[in-house]
Amino acid sequence: MNRREFLKTSGTLTFAIAIGAEGARLMSAAEAATAREINAWVRIAPDGTVTILSAGAEMGQGSMTSLPLMVAEEMDADWSKVRIEFAPADAEVYGYVFQNQKAMAIVGSRAVMYYHNGLRTAGAQVRKVLLANAADKWGVPASTLHTEPGFVVDGSGRKLSYGEIAAFAKMPSPLPAVDKSELKTKDRYRYIGKAIPRRDIPEKVNGSARYAMDVQLPGMVYATVRHAPVHGAAPESWNDAKVKAMKGVLGTVRLPDGVAIIADTLPHALGARKALEVQWGKSVADGYDSETTLMKTYAQVHTDPNAKSQTLEAKGDPKAAFANAAKTYKAEFRSDYGYHAQMEPLNAVARVNAAGNHVEVWEGTQDPASSRAAIAQALGFKEEQVTLHQCYMGGGFGRRSLGDYSAEAARIARGVRKPVKLVWTREEDMQYGMFRPQAFQCLEAATDKEGSVSGWTHCVVGDGGVLLQTGIRIPYYQVPNQYIEARGTSHGIRLKHWRSVGHVFNVFAIESFVDQMAAEAGIDSIKFRIENMNATPRTRALLEKVAEMSDWQAPRPQGRALGLSLSDRSGSQGAGVAEVSLDRASGKIRVHKTWLAVDGGLVVQPEMARANIESGILHGLSSVLHERVTIKGGEVQQSNFHDYHLLRMADIPELIQVAFVERDAPPSGLGEIGNPWVAAAVANAVYKLTGKRLTHMPFTPERVKQTLSV
Amino acid sequence: MVAFNLNGKPVSAKAEDGTPLLWVIRDELKLTGTKFGCGASQCGACTVHVNGKAVRSCVTTLGAVKGAKVTTIEGLSPDGSHPLQKAWIAEQVPQCGYCQSGQIMKAAELLAQNPKPSRDEIVTHMNGNICRCGTYHRIIAAIQRASQEA
Repeated sequence: MNRREFLKTSGTLTFAIAIGAEGARLMSAAEAATAREINAWVRIAPDGTVTILSAGAEMGQGSMTSLPLMVAEEMDADWSKVRIEFAPADAEVYGYVFQNQKAMAIVGSRAVMYYHNGLRTAGAQVRKVLLANAADKWGVPASTLHTEPGFVVDGSGRKLSYGEIAAFAKMPSPLPAVDKSELKTKDRYRYIGKAIPRRDIPEKVNGSARYAMDVQLPGMVYATVRHAPVHGAAPESWNDAKVKAMKGVLGTVRLPDGVAIIADTLPHALGARKALEVQWGKSVADGYDSETTLMKTYAQVHTDPNAKSQTLEAKGDPKAAFANAAKTYKAEFRSDYGYHAQMEPLNAVARVNAAGNHVEVWEGTQDPASSRAAIAQALGFKEEQVTLHQCYMGGGFGRRSLGDYSAEAARIARGVRKPVKLVWTREEDMQYGMFRPQAFQCLEAATDKEGSVSGWTHCVVGDGGVLLQTGIRIPYYQVPNQYIEARGTSHGIRLKHWRSVGHVFNVFAIESFVDQMAAEAGIDSIKFRIENMNATPRTRALLEKVAEMSDWQAPRPQGRALGLSLSDRSGSQGAGVAEVSLDRASGKIRVHKTWLAVDGGLVVQPEMARANIESGILHGLSSVLHERVTIKGGEVQQSNFHDYHLLRMADIPELIQVAFVERDAPPSGLGEIGNPWVAAAVANAVYKLTGKRLTHMPFTPERVKQTLSV
Repeated sequence: MVAFNLNGKPVSAKAEDGTPLLWVIRDELKLTGTKFGCGASQCGACTVHVNGKAVRSCVTTLGAVKGAKVTTIEGLSPDGSHPLQKAWIAEQVPQCGYCQSGQIMKAAELLAQNPKPSRDEIVTHMNGNICRCGTYHRIIAAIQRASQEA
């Protein structure tokens, strides 16, 4: 349903809510029909059904449910009568404000954090309008009325349902303002902080949940694609005649970076893909060798006085701190490329109209607005010529926010003049992936004569710009003199945000290094962080909480040890402990138990958040133990799950405990707080068991054995 | 044409015998609950039952199910009321949900053979099915719940 249709539905009360930099306000239907600055439509039907649009793209994290829930909380809706629909792809209308711009990207754990104030204020305004209309009807002051879920009630027990009010309501002008102080206080929450089931789960257990992969259109044909084995190369020629002669093949389409094969069925397209032979052009990534680069080149860049460097933090006088140090420390860390491995291989369905001037695309996307823009750009269309249908995502983890594969589907659909479903093979998804960059890091620290850390330097080297830099600052420690820098290189390999981005390797390095200092000073890891690293009070509370959760001081079973690390991401903080054992013969690490204390401010949906954080912990553990992309001769070496290993059920800890530390603060991001801490916690536990430090992620059995043998 | 029984109904498919059953079920017979994950029998997202046995439909050919009884997630119960499906909701198992049809079908095979599996038996049986969201511990809890409540 488009905006106009939504507004015109008769007999219903429709609210358009504008979210601007100044906060939220309601708009009348007439105003909304022409305005662009509107968000989170609320529609109340005479039968009491409340429809709330959700800008929460759903990849399993729950924001499709939790965003409308915040509206429902403040409007005092009956949650059982709330219907949720995905918001259309238009950031100007449905976006949140991020760095003075409208965005609807569900990335960086932003959904609840960025929509919270606006949606709650808007919900409170809806409630005020309902109260005013009921007061008018009954001829009593609104101040004598209150609400119960789905009803306005007066002192005598007289009730009007929201549906009944919708049938006669008028939108007041001017619309009521809501001050922050009028939002519900914690003691009045009906839904926030409670365990509300996710709305998408029932259809995910009976096969009816619709992913883009499941979309079927009349007359639809199928496409698959082969991209350049060396990222950045373009197709020059291919055995077109042979491929086109194969059974079911309808044609081929040249893409900027690949060749698409279109067939009557997907198996026919996949069969022809195997026979496709392409001559590729040159690329800057030709001959690239990731291991040599990581092991040698990056260290040279780090010591090269002429290398280009970007300062990320400069505090106090680190040079003086090192010059006057009682002791100095130094360590180096490395980490490999990582692949998203979302379970649903990239795909999209596209249909161009007969006139060739409008395209519809079905995609599961973390950023519908970016997808729409990418599709428009690929076809030379204006964005108005693109309709994007949001679908569930079979995983996202940062990969699905560009619309690249949607743009491909649109190009192919136009090329073959038929509705088309484009499906990437798993091999394509992996080898033409966009990876978490590999990184080299060097950290140095100085302690003064009291043993406090007085100086801190950290240099990260690699490709990927900002992808290298998140999580490298240490706001949770109050070290007076700091210099933090990034030294960029470029290899032509496709890179992308990967759940918690640079935090994965930066926090690994930081928290391993801090642990190394604590161990060398002979001070307990928690005590060292609090006293010698001068942890902030917020961090200290988390350390104390996780010490209690894990019974930090208690002896462990024979052959097991605890490792600790902090976690920080998207405004949230955590402190985690892992109980680990090691089979020295095989080099296999086993994590038996994990405890994570999290400060995420107000936790709107604790059970969804808990599930999401557990997911992050296991995602983190998977990357720490197994995940590794290597590139040789410019080509990605791994191709499917037999050589890109993911965590499986037998690897999981028997206990995964998450606790929220209550703090009176707005929500911060929780989707990625679960994984940054895992690497250092595991490495620090292995140090306790063996006296050896694992400094290269992932900690594969071969690497563990090699470390133990040195 | 290959005839077989799909979720209790006779069907026939016109794809070539060598076509992976996955695509026949999804694209020709229009039941899309069974998912494509790897195409190489590595992840289990495409798990269905053939004569009661869990198989990977991405590497099972259409020809191999001639005359067989094939059950997909849509046919596990008429209304989503299989004890596993109820337990999956109670434990709020799915996140992205994409692997869950395969997980449930694999778990249903286990409970049919072994109504009261131990944790280790669950892990051994389920270890071939990947869940990238890391819902494994909830899958274990849901299987235990279903085995207790069934």
